[in-house]
Amino acid sequence: MKKLHLPSKLYMLLIFMFLYAPITVFVVLSFNDANSATNLDGFTFRWYGEVFRDRMLMQSLRNSLLIASLSALFSTILGTVASIGMYNFRGAPRRIFQTVSNIPIINPEIVTGFSLMLFFTFLGTIFNFEMGFITVLLAHIGFCTPYVILSVSPKLRQMDKHIYEAALDLGCNQWQAFFKVVLFELLPGIISGFLISFTYSLDDFVISYFTCGPQFQTMPIVIYNSLRRPVYPKISALSTMLFVVIITVLLVTNIRDLRASKSDKK
Amino acid sequence: MKSKKLALPYAVWMAVFTLVPLVLIITNSFQDKSGNFTLSNISKAWEYREVFLYSLEIAFVSTLICLLLAYPMSYMISRMSEKAQSIIIMLITVPMWMNFLLRLLGWVILLSDGGPIDTVLSFVGINVKLKDNDGAVILGMVYEYLPFMIMPLHTVMSKIDKNLIEAAQDLGSNSFKVFSKVVFPLSIPGIVSGITMVFVPSASTFLVAQYLGGNKKMIGDIIEETFRSNQNVGSALALCLMIIILIFIVITNQFGDEEAVGV
Repeated sequence: MKKLHLPSKLYMLLIFMFLYAPITVFVVLSFNDANSATNLDGFTFRWYGEVFRDRMLMQSLRNSLLIASLSALFSTILGTVASIGMYNFRGAPRRIFQTVSNIPIINPEIVTGFSLMLFFTFLGTIFNFEMGFITVLLAHIGFCTPYVILSVSPKLRQMDKHIYEAALDLGCNQWQAFFKVVLFELLPGIISGFLISFTYSLDDFVISYFTCGPQFQTMPIVIYNSLRRPVYPKISALSTMLFVVIITVLLVTNIRDLRASKSDKK
Repeated sequence: MKSKKLALPYAVWMAVFTLVPLVLIITNSFQDKSGNFTLSNISKAWEYREVFLYSLEIAFVSTLICLLLAYPMSYMISRMSEKAQSIIIMLITVPMWMNFLLRLLGWVILLSDGGPIDTVLSFVGINVKLKDNDGAVILGMVYEYLPFMIMPLHTVMSKIDKNLIEAAQDLGSNSFKVFSKVVFPLSIPGIVSGITMVFVPSASTFLVAQYLGGNKKMIGDIIEETFRSNQNVGSALALCLMIIILIFIVITNQFGDEEAVGV
């Protein structure tokens, strides 16, 4: 392994400064005593306290977490089952299935959002309902499931076909063979599919914006509504907190992975 | 496990939540508000051709800059030890965990008059308008989608067998030849998927041009505007956008295998 030269290191440093610049702004603003983007006026923790007293913000955070958990759960189940079914397809049917499944990934988000809005308003006029929690949830399951399929399908292809048959030969019934053997082979793909879904759902603005209706709000929608006001230090504080939590989770899992791979080599 | 029926629930799901909504876009494009057939939405969409061109232009330049910035970066990362690679890639994805709108607002604050960059620049005697121009819009796009270019490039580059490079060196290639004959050809699938992953969202994003370009409008912004006022025109615009993106994807896929996309 060659060591990086100084110009390379500098280049990487510059890219990282670029990537982290706007985030630094928010971390700084969340500790800024003045309710302003341009004037720095002393250090304070008070926004962190006020976040928890802001009912609307807390409600939107709960909504986001609920939508993200439910859509990750449903899309993981739907996607895993679909991957197994698709695994038995060959040729053209499989290609068509895969292509249609990829539409929400390839299509611009705004088109997906717009089309779902048309669909839900159309259904709404027939069955007399308004867009809200359920429509956002359905929309999120729709754009998360393709990612689950993309992460589970390769694990299915890599799996040794004979282990399922071996489990049957050794006396398992179909269900046992699936839950005791196949599931474990697929588990890394299922877990990463779940995590991708959870995070994409949590962060989604465009599709939620088109499908949320007039009452229901997720975090990104509250952020959007507050963009027009000058600055919103509470949102900076809340985002900084979420950000720290996510980095911690990422670091811990990453370090654990590295440790695991280290001990594997020993 | 052996049953194809397992694909059925999702097949039904896709029919209802993917295909029917798309069909609605098509039918709405050719209907007026009372449901009669009309071509006026399409001709209305044609009036926005300047906006379409502007969006494609911004997306093209942003994609090019992303590629130029990401390529050396990905190459450097792929030369590092495996442990360092996973940490660096993680650090690249971390900013994407902060909401897209907040990062956008971060740039609005950074680039505004009297903001930190402006203050430093005017201190050394440079007075330029940092915000409210196409440059700022492109900067916003590059910022937003650079990780989408680095990731697929890194995926293909880290898979290049180190022995291949050493073999090329042993056979007398200088570093330029190693690059042009070995590394570059092997990285083409990554380039193709990176281009798709940056171009498609940057051509269709909304808000970036409004906030960084001084209320400039891209096609996404126009669709968002029509969403409450006139959904039929909005459908026609969405249909046009979809067709453009489809043509773009068909063309780029001529250059590489789409299976290589390592999302």
